[in-house]
Formats: sequence, structure tokens, C-alpha cells
Amino acid sequence: MTQRVAIELTVNGRPVRAEVEPRLLLADFLRDHLELTGTHLGCEHGVCGACTVLLDGDPVRSCLALAVQANGTHVETVESLTQEDGSLHPIQQAFADHHALQCGFCTPGFLMTVRGIFDDLPGMTEAQIREAVSGNLCRCTGYANIVRAVQQLQRDLQLQAVRDPATRSGSRVDDRGALRDTARSEVK
Amino acid sequence: MATYVGSNYRRKEDYRLLTGKSEFVADMKLHGMLEVAFVRSMHAHAEIAVDGTEALKMPGVHAVLTARDLAGVVGPLNPLEEFRLPQDLIDTIHPVLLPCPEDILAVDKVVYAGQPIAMVIAENRYLAEDAAARVLVKYTPLPVLADPFRAREPGAPPIHPAMGSNVQASLHVEVGDVERGMAEADCLLKRRFVVPRVTANPLETRGVLADYDRRSDSLTVWTSTQVTFMVRSNIAKLLDIPEEKVRVVAPDVGGGFGTKGGVYPEEIAIAYAARRLGRPVKWIEDRMEHMQSCRQSRDQVHEVEVAFNRDGRILALKDEFVVDSGAYNPLLVTCPYNTVAHMRGMFKIPNFAIAGACVITNKTPSIAYRGAGRPEAVFVMDRLIQIISRELGLDPVEVMEVNLIRPEEMPYDQGMYYRDGTKLVYDSGDYPATLHHALELAEYDRYRALQRERRSEGEYIGIGISSYIEGTGIGPFEGAVIRVDATGQIVAYIGSTPHGQSHETTLSQICADEFGVSPEQVTVRAGDTSLLPYGVGTFASRGAVTAGSAVQVASQKLREKMMRIASHTLEIPVEDLEMRDGKVFARQMPGRSMSFRDIARAARPGPNPARPADLEPGVEATHYFVPPSVTYSGGVHVAVVRLDKDTGQIDIIRYVVVHDCGRVLNPMVVDGQIQGGVAQGLGEAMYEQIVHDEQGQLLTGTYMDYLQPTAMEVPDVIQGHSTFLSTRNAMGVKGVGEGGAISPPAAIANAVSDALSMIGIEVNEVPVTPVKVLQYCREADARMRLAAAEGAR
Amino acid sequence: MKPSHFHYLRPQSLEEALEMLQAYGEDAKVLAGGQSLIPLLNMRLATPKYIIDIGGLDELRYIREAEGQVRIGALTRHVDVEKSGRIAEACPLLGAAVQRIGHSQIRNRGTVGGSIAHGDASAELPCVLAALRGEVRIQSTTETRVAAADTFFLTYMMTDVQPTELVTEVRFPVLPAHTGWSFQEFARRHGDFAMVTVAAAITLDGSNRIAKAQVAVGGAGPVPTVLTDLEEAIVGEEPSSALFESAAAQVGDVLEPDGDLHGTPEYRVQLAQSLVRRALDDATSKVGGAFV
Repeated sequence: MTQRVAIELTVNGRPVRAEVEPRLLLADFLRDHLELTGTHLGCEHGVCGACTVLLDGDPVRSCLALAVQANGTHVETVESLTQEDGSLHPIQQAFADHHALQCGFCTPGFLMTVRGIFDDLPGMTEAQIREAVSGNLCRCTGYANIVRAVQQLQRDLQLQAVRDPATRSGSRVDDRGALRDTARSEVK
Repeated sequence: MATYVGSNYRRKEDYRLLTGKSEFVADMKLHGMLEVAFVRSMHAHAEIAVDGTEALKMPGVHAVLTARDLAGVVGPLNPLEEFRLPQDLIDTIHPVLLPCPEDILAVDKVVYAGQPIAMVIAENRYLAEDAAARVLVKYTPLPVLADPFRAREPGAPPIHPAMGSNVQASLHVEVGDVERGMAEADCLLKRRFVVPRVTANPLETRGVLADYDRRSDSLTVWTSTQVTFMVRSNIAKLLDIPEEKVRVVAPDVGGGFGTKGGVYPEEIAIAYAARRLGRPVKWIEDRMEHMQSCRQSRDQVHEVEVAFNRDGRILALKDEFVVDSGAYNPLLVTCPYNTVAHMRGMFKIPNFAIAGACVITNKTPSIAYRGAGRPEAVFVMDRLIQIISRELGLDPVEVMEVNLIRPEEMPYDQGMYYRDGTKLVYDSGDYPATLHHALELAEYDRYRALQRERRSEGEYIGIGISSYIEGTGIGPFEGAVIRVDATGQIVAYIGSTPHGQSHETTLSQICADEFGVSPEQVTVRAGDTSLLPYGVGTFASRGAVTAGSAVQVASQKLREKMMRIASHTLEIPVEDLEMRDGKVFARQMPGRSMSFRDIARAARPGPNPARPADLEPGVEATHYFVPPSVTYSGGVHVAVVRLDKDTGQIDIIRYVVVHDCGRVLNPMVVDGQIQGGVAQGLGEAMYEQIVHDEQGQLLTGTYMDYLQPTAMEVPDVIQGHSTFLSTRNAMGVKGVGEGGAISPPAAIANAVSDALSMIGIEVNEVPVTPVKVLQYCREADARMRLAAAEGAR
Repeated sequence: MKPSHFHYLRPQSLEEALEMLQAYGEDAKVLAGGQSLIPLLNMRLATPKYIIDIGGLDELRYIREAEGQVRIGALTRHVDVEKSGRIAEACPLLGAAVQRIGHSQIRNRGTVGGSIAHGDASAELPCVLAALRGEVRIQSTTETRVAAADTFFLTYMMTDVQPTELVTEVRFPVLPAHTGWSFQEFARRHGDFAMVTVAAAITLDGSNRIAKAQVAVGGAGPVPTVLTDLEEAIVGEEPSSALFESAAAQVGDVLEPDGDLHGTPEYRVQLAQSLVRRALDDATSKVGGAFV
């Protein structure tokens, strides 16, 4: 009889309960059971980074985690970035503005990796940015526009910090809300 | 009026790809869907006996299919019609082309490690893999031929006995009189050049989902391909069903680069299984399967003789090359003929003889990969330029200059045929200007001075130049159907199959300009055989030229029709009407207008139509663009490198590309194609290689062994554009997809050779690995020390 | 590439984990961060009957200092070591080495104990552990023992840990005052398994001579190689590029690298020589602190 293990976790802010076979990979759990197919599988041995998701806030490879290991954690996938009205997260917008994707298969992994370093971006050098995304392979772009997009994001964050020092503090979870507020105030 | 063409219009593809709303084959799920794992050969050459009975008993397994199940029902794959040489070219060069059909599942014998033997169909992939491990395959090993030079020997046993030989194809082209050129020249030299096997490695592996509809007895097949129409015709042919009953769709496709530009046995097998089981069947290739079984490319060895005068002028070039085609060669001589046609590149070489052979070996089959035979040609030619310059004590630029075709010589006739059967005549370009533009951006003189200065301090800096031309936009045709729907939205249905090329954006730009609307008012739909009757596909840098021209001309036809309808309704002559902002209006009385929606209504079929009586109903026009011949892109790459004498690493200090792709539809997209192509080319130059051992076993089967460059390895390319419009289509566009990838192996090999030219190091093989560079540096150090000691005495 | 069946065990305490190892150890694999194990499961190169997931044992997540050592609980993630201010101060060599492990996504999951127990001779932490003469605490239901680095690594991917045992703590000596350090590594591509790694710590005395030298090379033999001859040769000497160059030139004699697709044995020896020289130069340049 196949063993089944009960797990409880939070995915993109929603509680999820499931019974899974212990060998089920987290990536397959997200894709097949929760239909969050934005997370892609490129190599299934932990090199390409296409399957990157946030696990308790940190970017990890969801092909190198079992779904049972995610028990009790908070998982965020690329689907969490887009806001409810469909507008793009600043990271997504920067990628669009700088043509940082071509076929787009690797893109969700890059976005989630950048999401993981979002708070640290203002102080990072170009070399550090390159290092930070070097665990994600892209076969189309040659990376230049990905780095440019992240650097643009970095400049935006730096400017914003100057304009509104309050947004610099605050937890990881808060800063997205803070950004959205800033964007709104700009519209006014 | 070019409002959008030429602008950096933001990509329309991006939103879905950024938000996870894209749909790749692996993302699709149909009710009752089963999943497949293939059992693949462990041996490169063996007789086999297959027993699937144990596997069939495993939980969740629905079927285990082997060659026995397919016998008499599913025929073997044959080379694609689209890649056969035209008859006039065959009659001119008389190539040898032996048929080499590829069974869908191995019959009695396997010919490469990774060949599909059986397919296990189960509830999900996990269960399918469990059962695949239980399929018993008894192998009786046969001698393995992994070396093309051994395989082509007259006595070598033919891997496909029906062929009688392992030389599947060979061709020979001669221009001028090589022997005379050799006799007349001041100098002669011979060299051997090796461009090894690499793989395209798109981040999305292959994947196929087939759904059989009992009611209409038809198949829908979603597949990660560059050539939907070719997949459709082969499924119909091999399953012996009418094409009408097969629809092939490429949804979002995660890169192809040529490797998805063919029809694969798995596509046929999955279609067959869905029909046989009456349920949707999906197969998603995993990365280990991909590395082993997805077709690979390059793998050429050239033996070259070149004759030249003391001023560097090349009088004759003679080349014999061998292509290791692996176990099957579905594209026939496509790549080797490209090598032949592009060998002389930007140069005038009056006497030229070249012979190539495609040899079957017990390795993964072959296909085109970005550049498709051109990087090999450029590697040979540009290494020769560098070697000649060193022999003569000249700067490579001097040798290039005396041989370059001059702008006033355009159109330039190379005296032979292109692969499409037309004469190989370059249409436009100013090669010396392109070269000098690149040298300027590379700060060539400054780095030459720095090189001298640093060399005396024991640091090795080198500059490598490579030039290429590329026949782009090959036919036979591409199609577009443009329609205005009832809401006034323009829809362009395209026969190509984009997979990262931004066609939804750039083709919208073309269309928008013709209709005077925003690209947002245009929807581009592609990658689906149900959209229009004929299509070819996306490969060979052909999208912008062929699909772009088809869209433009079809848009013009439709525009004309819409103007006539508006003229008829408004009772104003066409000459007095203007189309802009989604409506047609009288130039003198802008209030008299018809929106696209009005025109669409007027064009509907029915009694008392509000359109001229001679016009067919509907707001729709079709155009199949048939290019007169290919159009020639070109460019120059310059690499400046520094060699790390401790580790053998090559540090790229500067990488410059100046290229000409005619009219630029979207500069952002073009720059992206170049940068991405260079990254792949640098991978080939420094990191990537597919290695099989003598037993035909793959040694580079994972991403830990096959090294694709990351953001840490790829520099930002400094780009310049030179625009020489094509004379072979109305927009003046040339293709750009492959250019970036063609030159880096030559540029890097030249740069490393240049860094160590004082001791005559020649890098005539890629990838240039740290092991090789460290060895070169140690040789150079020893020689420099010796020279210094001698100088001191 | 999906794992085959296994039975999943998730102990709630160290005691329970050790009991499970006692019962199933021979047929089990311990799952910590999974960054080495799960690729093997996906490729079905490892098909264990049982997986003992120790991920819930929070008691094995800590960084402490005791008896002149930084003691790191086996389940401490690489990222925690990387970001630890305490490690940056007490054993910066370790902090630098950890930054070179794979990519951030790997460091966010991979654990210190897992890396040590995996015993890959080209990996970063085994090299540092060997250079600094660190120790590994190993526990079973019957015994708790401490193994010195030089007896812990046996050969390729083989350590002194028995199937019924668990690595529970890894101990790195605190670097003494007036000590400079360096971690050097070269891979063909950033983030890959290194071809060669070098960990070095150099302590100077009041007269600016080398009082203590600790140097190890990874990736050039079946286990990390401690360069004892080199250490002895340079102790007592005044540091200089010339000294380090000639000392590094000798290390080829004690290295036994294998060749593979990415580097021949000769290349790895030459690379090790270069990296040892770089490490010694770099370590010496980092010696800080005034002598009283």
C-alpha cells in the first residue's frame, strides 16, 4: 500500500492541506495538485533554477524538495507576484521594460530569485547581482537584459528609499504593500 | 507609414510569461490524461529483445507498446520534404543521398544509446517510470562505431545495412580552378579544424500531448516544436490518416534553436498511442532524456589547404570535411551545404573546391542548431585569416581588407548555388565599413598597444576578429491570413511557429503600420495548423523576412479591399480616402467615416451587400510570400581577452558585434537576439561539448557536465548596427536569429591564438578550455623566458 | 526523473532519529537539506527503502562557540553560516568558503552536516574542516563520539559515519589573533563543483614570521589533502611571494587528482599550485591586529 503523508502549508497566502505520496516533488505538487503551472521544470537535478520558488521567504529549487518537506512552510510561486487587479509587480515590470525574456520558460525562476534578494537590492553591486542570478540558466537572452532589469529595479528602490525612508524598514512581507502604496501616491 | 516598425515596442508576449499564465505543453492537463515514459537503449549498438509483460502488471499502467505493436501500422520517419535539395541543385552538384528511415520504436536493433525502445503509458509519470524500469530488454551488443573516420572506411560494417555504407550523403562544389590558384600563389598551408558536437539545450525540453476525438475521428497534438505543419504532415502520413484529421498546435514553446525544427519519433508515437487508447496521452521529456536523445549538432572536421600571396590575398581554398551525423540525419545535407555556401563569407576567393560527407555513427542523431553549418564555416575561414596574417607578419585586419568584397561590387555573385537552388548572390552590404565600425567600437588600436605593453610584463592579451554572412529568410514560402473581426480587431494568422522570437510583437508592428492602428488593435496568432492551410515554420532566421513579408503584403491587400468597401458605402473615391486610427475617412470631410467595425459589417455575406459586387464577402486577405532567394545578413565580431596564467581562464574584456540585418523592425528585439546568440556562441567557444566515449556512451548527460554559461560568464555585448536594406523583400528586412551565435567560436579562438601569436599557438579546435589555455600559457612563459635569457646574453 | 518509492520517516526528536537509524539505517538515507540526495533520487541513482527526514530537528540548528571552537549544529543551513556575524568574526575562512557553495538557492536549503556527511572531496566545507583540523560529532543510540577531520574522510564520498550513526555537529576552530585566511576555488563555470579548492590560515608572530600555517587542498585526491610538508616548510619563515611560490611549486608531490572531462590530473596539480600560492599571498595580506 502506497504511503500517504498529510501536509499543511501556506501557498501564495492560502492555506493548503493535502495527502501526498512522500516521493512527490514540491514542484510537481505545485504544478499538478495546485495547478500553479507558472513554476517550470527545466532540469530536475537542481542546476537550471527554472523551478525556483520562495520557501519561507528564501529562493529554493522546488525540484530539490519533497512536498512533505514543505509541511508547515510558506511557499510563494510566480503567481503570487501579480497583484489582484492583474497589475505587475515591479520586478515583473522591470523584466518587461528591459526585454529580459524571450521564450519566457526560465523567467518565473528568475523572478522568484530576484524576489528573494529584493530587500537587499539597493546595496548590491553589479557583480553581486550577477552572482545572485547565476543559479538560473537562460538560453535565450544572454542575461544582459536580465541584469539591466534588476539594476533598473535597484535604482527605483534607491530613489524610493530617498523619497520615502519609511519603506526601507519593515519585513519582507510588508514591503510589497509599501511599494504598491508608493505607486498609488505617485499616480495622485 | 512607419510609426511602429523600427520602434522599441514592448513585447505583447510578456504579460502571460511573467505572470505564470503562459501555457507550455507540460502545463496542459486534459480529462483522463495518461503519461508516458520511454524505455531507451542503454547500448549504442545492439540487437534487442523486449519483454513488457512484467511492466504491464505494475500499478497504474495502461499499456506498454513496442515496435511489435507498431509493425505494419506506423511507418518509419523519412527526411523531411522541406529539407530536400531542389532538383536543379541536385542536377548541378550530383550529391549522394542515401535513404535512412528512422523507426518510431527500435525494431530488433538499436543504433544509439538513448534510442526509444518501448513506451510505458500510465496514470502519471511517476508510475510510468516505475514500470519502465521493469521492461526487460535483452541486449546482444554489436561493435560500436563512434568515430566517423572509422565508420566511413570502405570495409566498415554499415550501421544501417540497407544503406550498404555509412556515408549517408556527400557533396562536392567547385568554383573556378583550384589547382591553378594553388600553382600561382606565393604560399600554401594546410590545417585541420575541429568544431565538436554541441546541443541546443532549450530550457524547455520536448513535450507532446495528443488527444483523440472519437466523434470526429481526429487528433489534436500539442507539441513543443518549431514546425507544426511538418509534424502534421508526418503524423498523417505515418499513421495513414487524412491531414484534415490532424491538428498540430505549438502552444508556448520554451526555446528551440533548431533542435525542435524537425519531426521526432516521439511525436508520432504519442499521436499513435492517443488514437489507440482513445485517451489523451502526454509525454514530457526529462533533461536526461533530452541530453541523450534530443538531436545534436555541429561535429565537423575540416582538412583545408589555402593558397595566398604575400599581400594576404587568397587565391584558392580547398576543403574536405566530415560531419558526424550520428545514427540518423533527418535534415540530410542542410547543415553541410550551409557550410559550403557560407565558407567564403565576406571574402572574394576566386578558386574554391569543397567536399563534405555526412557519416552515420552510433551516436545521437543530428539536426540543425542556431547557425546550422555556418559557425563551422566561419571557424575555418577566420582561423585561416588569422593564421595567414601571422605567417606573413601582417595584422589580421590587413589580410581581411585585401580579401573583402567591396560595396561597389554588390550584388556579388559567388559563382555557385544556394541551398534553395537559386544563384548565390549577395544582395547588399558594405563589409569594409562594417569591419571598421566594429574595430572602432572595440577600440582596436588601443588594445593592440595595450597588448604589446602588457606582453612585455608577462600578461597575455589577445584580439580576435570574426566576420560572417548569413543567407536568411529561406523559402519555400510563409503564409499570413489577415482578418478584421466583427468588433474591428485585426487578427493575423501566421504559418510560422515562434518560440521566443517576439513575432506577436514585431508582426503586430508591421500590421499596425499598414492599417494605421496601434499594435494593440492587432492580434497575432501562430503555431497552429488550423489557422491557415499552409505554413512552414520558424528556423533559419526566416521569421521576420518570410512571415513579416507575408503579413505586410496580406495587410496591404486587405487594406485595399477595406478602402474599396468604404469607398462604395461612403460614395467617395478611394483616392480621397484615408485609413488611420481604426477608421477610413474622407480626407476633406473627416466626419464622413467608417470604422473597421462598420466595414466588417458591410463586408458580411448576405443579400444586398454593402460592398462592390466584384468583391468576395468577408474582411480577409491571404498572402503567401515566396522569397526570390535568401537575403544576406552579415556582421563582424571582435573579442578582446586576457588569459589567466594561474587557472587557464579566458577573461573577456570586451566583446563587440556590428551587424546588418537590413531594416530593423524592433531594435530591442534585435539586440536581444544578438546578445542571446553570442551567449550560445561563447558557450560553444569555451564551455560546451557533447562527449561520447568509444562505446557511444554519453559522458555529458547532465547540466553538471554540459556547461551552459551563466550570468557570471556572459559579458554585455557592445553592439553596433549597420543597415543595408535587403533588395529581396519590400521592407528590406534580413534575418537576425542566428548571427549572434555564428562568430563567437572563431572570435574567441582567434583572440586566444592572437594572445599567444609570438610563439605560434594555434587554437584550431573548440571549446578552448582552461586545461588548454593553461598549457599554452606555460609554453609561452617558457619560450618568453628563454628569449629573454638569449636577449640578455 | 522522478524518485522511486520509499517509506518516509520523520522523527520528532534526535533520540527518535537515532532509534530509526538503529532500526533502518542499513536501508535508509538521511534527508537533511536534500541538495545532494534529491538529485540522486530524481535520477534513480539512489533508491533507498527508507528516507529519514531529520528536517524537523530544530535542536540541531545552532551556531555556538565553546572551547575555542565554532560549533555548528548539523542542520544549520549554509545561508545561516554565510550571514552569521559570529562566524565572520570567529572563523571568517568558513564564512568565505560557504559563500562559494553552489548558488543561493542551494545554500538556502543545504546544511553544514549534510555537506560534511556527504564527504565530497571537492566540496568547500570538507576542505576548510581539514585545513583547520576541525572535528565532527557523530551520534548513535549507543554512542556519541568526536572524529577528527583527518580520520573522518576515508575516500571518495566515504566517511567514518556508520549507517546507524548521524552527524550532529561540526566544529571549526576559532582563528587565533594575527591570523590571515584565504579560500580559493576554481570551477569552469561559476557555482559549479570546484575543480580545486584551497583553504589556508596563516598566523604571524610578533617578529612578522609565520608562527602557524594551515593549508588544505580539495579536489586533488580522494579526500581533502592537508599540506603538512608545506606548513612545516614555511613556519618560522618571513612571508614573501618568493617563499610562497617555491613552497606552492612543491605541492604536486602530495596530490593525487583524478582526471575528468573538465580537467586532466596534470591540470589539477598546476591549478592547485597556483591556488595555493594565491591563498598564501592572500592570507598573509589579511593578517590584522597590532602586536603588543
